[in-house]
Amino acid sequence: MSEQKQSSGDILIEELNRTNSSSRIGQLGQLVLIPILAVITGLAIGAIIIILTSESVYAAFGNSIGSGLGEAFGVVYEAYWALFIGAVGDPAKISAALSSGDAEAVRRAFNPFSDSLVTTTPYIFAGLAVALGFRTGLFNIGVEGQLYLGAALATYIGFAFTDLPPILHIPFALAGGLVGGAIWGFIPGWLKAKTGGHEVINTIMMNYIAIRLTEWLVKGPLQRPDAQNPISPIVLESSQLPKLFGDPIRFHIGFFIALATAWLVWWYLFRTKMGFDLRTVGANSNAAKYAGMNIVRSTVLAMSLSGGLAGLTGANEILGVNHFFVSSFSPGYGFDAIALALLGKNHPLGVVLAAMLFGFLRSGATSMQLNAGVPVDIISILQALVLAFIAAPAIIRTIYRLKEPKESDAMMISAGFGD
Amino acid sequence: MSVVLELKGITKRFPGVLANDHIDLTLEEGKIHALLGENGAGKSTLMNILYGLYQPNEGEIHVRGKPAKIYSPSDAIDAGIGMVHQHFMLIPVFSVTENVMLGEEETRGIGGILNRRSASKKIREISERFGLDVDPKAMVGDLPVGVQQRVEIIKLLYRNADILIFDEPTAVLTPQETDGLFEIMRSLTAQGKSIIFITHKLKEVLEVADNITVIRRGKVVGSTVPDQADSNKLAEMMVGREVALEIDRTPPTVGDTILSVKDLVLLDDQENVAVNNVSFEARAGEILGIAGVQGNGQTELVEAITGLRNTQSGNISFEGKNITNASPRKITQLGTAHIPEDRQRDGLVLEFPITDNLALQEYYKAPFSKGLIMQDGVILENAEKLIEEYDIRTPSASTSAGSLSGGNQQKVIIAREFTRDIKLLLASQPTRGLDVGSIEYIHSQIIKKRDTGTAVMLISTELDEVMKLSDRIAVMFDGEIVGIVDANTVTKEQVGLMMAGAVEEAMEAAA
Amino acid sequence: MATLTTTVPNAATSVELNRRRRMGFVFIGFALLTWLLFAVWQGPEAEAITTFRLAPGGPNSPIPPWEFNALNGINIVAGICAALGAFQLVRGFGRATSTVMWLIVILFAFAFLTWAASGKSLNLAGLLNATLVRAVPIVIGAMSGILSERAGIINIAIEGMMLGSAMIAVIVGSLTNVWGGIFAAILTGALLAYIHGVLSIKYKIDQIISGTVINIFAAGITSYISAKFLNTYAELNSPGIVKPFPLPLLSDLPVIGTILFKHTWFVYTMFIFLILMQIGVFHSRWGLRMRAVGEHPKAADTLGINVIRTRYISVVLSGMMAGFGGAWFTLGSVGRFDEMMTAGKGFIGLAAMIFGNYSPMGALGAGLLFGFADSLQTKLAILKVPIPSEFLLMAPYVITMIALAGLVGKAQLPAAGGKPYDKE
Repeated sequence: MSEQKQSSGDILIEELNRTNSSSRIGQLGQLVLIPILAVITGLAIGAIIIILTSESVYAAFGNSIGSGLGEAFGVVYEAYWALFIGAVGDPAKISAALSSGDAEAVRRAFNPFSDSLVTTTPYIFAGLAVALGFRTGLFNIGVEGQLYLGAALATYIGFAFTDLPPILHIPFALAGGLVGGAIWGFIPGWLKAKTGGHEVINTIMMNYIAIRLTEWLVKGPLQRPDAQNPISPIVLESSQLPKLFGDPIRFHIGFFIALATAWLVWWYLFRTKMGFDLRTVGANSNAAKYAGMNIVRSTVLAMSLSGGLAGLTGANEILGVNHFFVSSFSPGYGFDAIALALLGKNHPLGVVLAAMLFGFLRSGATSMQLNAGVPVDIISILQALVLAFIAAPAIIRTIYRLKEPKESDAMMISAGFGD
Repeated sequence: MSVVLELKGITKRFPGVLANDHIDLTLEEGKIHALLGENGAGKSTLMNILYGLYQPNEGEIHVRGKPAKIYSPSDAIDAGIGMVHQHFMLIPVFSVTENVMLGEEETRGIGGILNRRSASKKIREISERFGLDVDPKAMVGDLPVGVQQRVEIIKLLYRNADILIFDEPTAVLTPQETDGLFEIMRSLTAQGKSIIFITHKLKEVLEVADNITVIRRGKVVGSTVPDQADSNKLAEMMVGREVALEIDRTPPTVGDTILSVKDLVLLDDQENVAVNNVSFEARAGEILGIAGVQGNGQTELVEAITGLRNTQSGNISFEGKNITNASPRKITQLGTAHIPEDRQRDGLVLEFPITDNLALQEYYKAPFSKGLIMQDGVILENAEKLIEEYDIRTPSASTSAGSLSGGNQQKVIIAREFTRDIKLLLASQPTRGLDVGSIEYIHSQIIKKRDTGTAVMLISTELDEVMKLSDRIAVMFDGEIVGIVDANTVTKEQVGLMMAGAVEEAMEAAA
Repeated sequence: MATLTTTVPNAATSVELNRRRRMGFVFIGFALLTWLLFAVWQGPEAEAITTFRLAPGGPNSPIPPWEFNALNGINIVAGICAALGAFQLVRGFGRATSTVMWLIVILFAFAFLTWAASGKSLNLAGLLNATLVRAVPIVIGAMSGILSERAGIINIAIEGMMLGSAMIAVIVGSLTNVWGGIFAAILTGALLAYIHGVLSIKYKIDQIISGTVINIFAAGITSYISAKFLNTYAELNSPGIVKPFPLPLLSDLPVIGTILFKHTWFVYTMFIFLILMQIGVFHSRWGLRMRAVGEHPKAADTLGINVIRTRYISVVLSGMMAGFGGAWFTLGSVGRFDEMMTAGKGFIGLAAMIFGNYSPMGALGAGLLFGFADSLQTKLAILKVPIPSEFLLMAPYVITMIALAGLVGKAQLPAAGGKPYDKE
């Protein structure tokens, strides 16, 4: 593994070159430029929505156009500034804390930042799950269901096995999450390989089955003994992901586990021959079959691995943040993950960066809602817009008058249902 | 004789390619005008322009003396132009009637309710008038290829087209079906229709055409009539240099039996019998041609030999070892190479670089992999060596396979398959869609492989190709091998009859 | 002309035979399952009586309840299923096979109800009435899917289109009246579908991704507006509802009248759309062209059919249908908008479309089946049946996966579904 000494930036460039040949520099430029422009454009449209839905702006326009424009600028500034402070922290507080030198104050000033990393963590896992599927030509739209199964199993291991030291209990519970999700990914993978049943439909169906199933679990076998409402017992402290700072700072080691997982996925996909199998099956399953690769095994394996990563998403949330299972705890990580996998060009490093963007936006949005009165749901709108722009770069190129690259880069992942 | 169609100075540019360069063409009423050119010469582009699928950059189209603006297929249809496409434009799950009436539907009552009965009646009238036998109620997907082609022709006549374009119509037919088609074409022209016949087959042109226009690299290089032309001259015009219509090869030195197939029965994807009780042997140092019209079981046979399709019954052995239902990888490892019939779908990963494509068969073992890890350096070295050796024209080894020309894509596959230590080569449609230069190169490579003692199976629907290269020819019809004959003594007509299942007639012809 | 001796090898006979046998075994399997589950394993007492009430309103209703011995009922149903299966194995029902399949499903459901209500009383008329009501959004969703997917555009955005139009229906309905609300909902569906069309037809992005864009966007914008306005200005969230309209004469029919003819105009309109679509898709010029574009767009193009325009029209019609369904959630049902209130009904609609083999009548059957499962789960607690309601709620999804796996015959999917049309 002598090649592992490259910097991550070199690796990204190398990977991009693997798939794109002609006019590399132009393409590379657009590869980085388009996601950035997509996010900026999304934020701009978000600003327009904020303005259009602000009563104070209408009131100000009633007075004069000038005051209207001023107010419009004001509400957007207020909202995005609140978003920024909520996501990264208040620069004034940070510098004050740093100059005071009080460790506790510094920790508190950086709390928004570390909290954003906590929000980022599940996005990394979920994004990797979707990206791994895409790389194998599979559209795993079932991450949402898989993460519920993973979470349920991790919860069970977390509270049912007493007297385990953390060094055993944490890996055990995480493995449970992995297995729970993997089972839920295995089924549609197997159905696809054996019967040709399209994984998009099957994973959508399995999302709803998973939600109903875990609803039932948490009302029955997994219900907290003394509770009236459907919640599980709290997982034992020995299974909780350790927090690096004292309460109330939520930052736990899950973020580092996620980074390590991203590296592992990259290594597996781009360095090993099993990864080559998966990527070849994804790029052209016929050619893979002719080259003696086992399509059934690759498809089942990829869906299981993808499901396993999704299961880790759920386990991470239970063991690191929530500490007990309650139905519908996920704010839609599985669906957001589709957007961020594409934003990260299905590359683990890209996924990490895109997950951080989504994590910081989500995390900051809470403070935006509180301080600027802009509902957090603006982030979902933003994500939808970014997804559209990334999938159809022609829109961005039209807006910014960029040149068309030679090779078409429209996203085609799923084959037709008729195949 | 009046002129029905005139193309004047048609020019079409694609990025980096001049597909049509000031092409002129005049079609007279009631004539069959052949447009001859090798693959990639620009014939199809020209016809797509005439049919409104492309717009020309320059030039004019005149129909019956008047300038015609053809911006879409419906304009072409309105102008009386119809086209039988090389790949049939038929919807398998629709009936013949529905396929024919689509776009020109007979309706009754309000809301455009289909009147299938009156359309069927019209179809029956057309089929009687032109001798195009077909059942209007049949599902198109259930019909044999020859009948499907008749449905295509009926579609044009239903729209009262009088300028008919036939784009490589004989590619899917047996020689006898081809004769039938030519009869239909003559009967059409006798009733006043005019035909443009696109082909790259010299003999057919000489047989059926009234006028011949040859195009090469997008330019008209000459016009003639069959009486004043011969095969060699036409071939030279088509390719631009002298071509050897026959290939030089020494008699084979036949060695041991490499592949032995006994009583093989295979099902297709719809679980119908595709290969029925087939037995044959392939021997070292010999080319065994498999002739037959597309869809008579050749594809399934090759898939079974390479491990891609499970057998229903029967036995396949390789150097005496049973490989029935063995995995594709195991069969490859024993020393089998396969040039798949659809190179872009099955032979290459188009978005991967040439390097990875050249390692596709052996990436998992040393020296391409060490343990679990792929060795990118070795893979690159290997690619650079093969690019040099097989003269693959590419800007670099990391160029994606998809950006190469068809001939160079096929060279990548040949380089990958031939450099391994192989005992059996299965070449399926190895030259489909390639230009003459590439075809010559690939033919010479296949013969070279034979001469070094490899058993070769050449599966091709181009009867000329099979006749030219093979030492023995096995003819497939309806899933069976109807005969295995010596290529030196058999005639093309005999093989043609066998391809249509008429084995006895073929034997009589031999007598 | 020369004779052509080519024939199709074994023209599909073996497939037909296999399918016939497979279906025969499926029928007999249902018979066995019915008998083992409801008569043997968890069978009712020998003398237990099942009572089905056939009219609303307690014991004073004019129509007497239907009472019979539960065990006998179950045995008879199992016997009928077995007989149908035997006939299928020996002779085969031919083209009527799928109709018989539906009959078996109904019989199975009947046996289940007989078992569940043994020794108790169940309001069958009410249950079937609720089944129809709960089937409405599913059937409309499935019709929306058929409109778009028959033309080759996969539409997983039905959920989002319904959600978006449900909200607009409420706002416009509050400002004007319910009819204005319905109109606005249909326009909203059309607009969202048009965006889906632009993304997937013009920009050729993957149709699943494009659908996901619409779904995320609709969820975001409705929650946003709901949080920002509907929660503060209650007058924007009180449009009133479309009142039930008992059809004259028909609604007076015993039993049937209660089940079918005392609904809102949403239900009647759904049936009108169903009939129009069944004829339109399979027997009209419009339907033929739409299906051609979904099966083989290039062939349609060479015959002068405008593929792009046909696809746009189809996807926008699909959106209008989804918009109509969206209006049902608010104006046809609860009369107010709640965040995420479609709760996956759009996806069940998609499932019903697949289960119903892309035909409107099939969609109705599947929708009713799923609606039945949905309305039944509310009765389970009353009947004290030991099946968690969640499992019945899962049933539509499980059934669809089984159908998709081809265990009961493969669905006929449009061949060009999911693929953008490229002229060259």
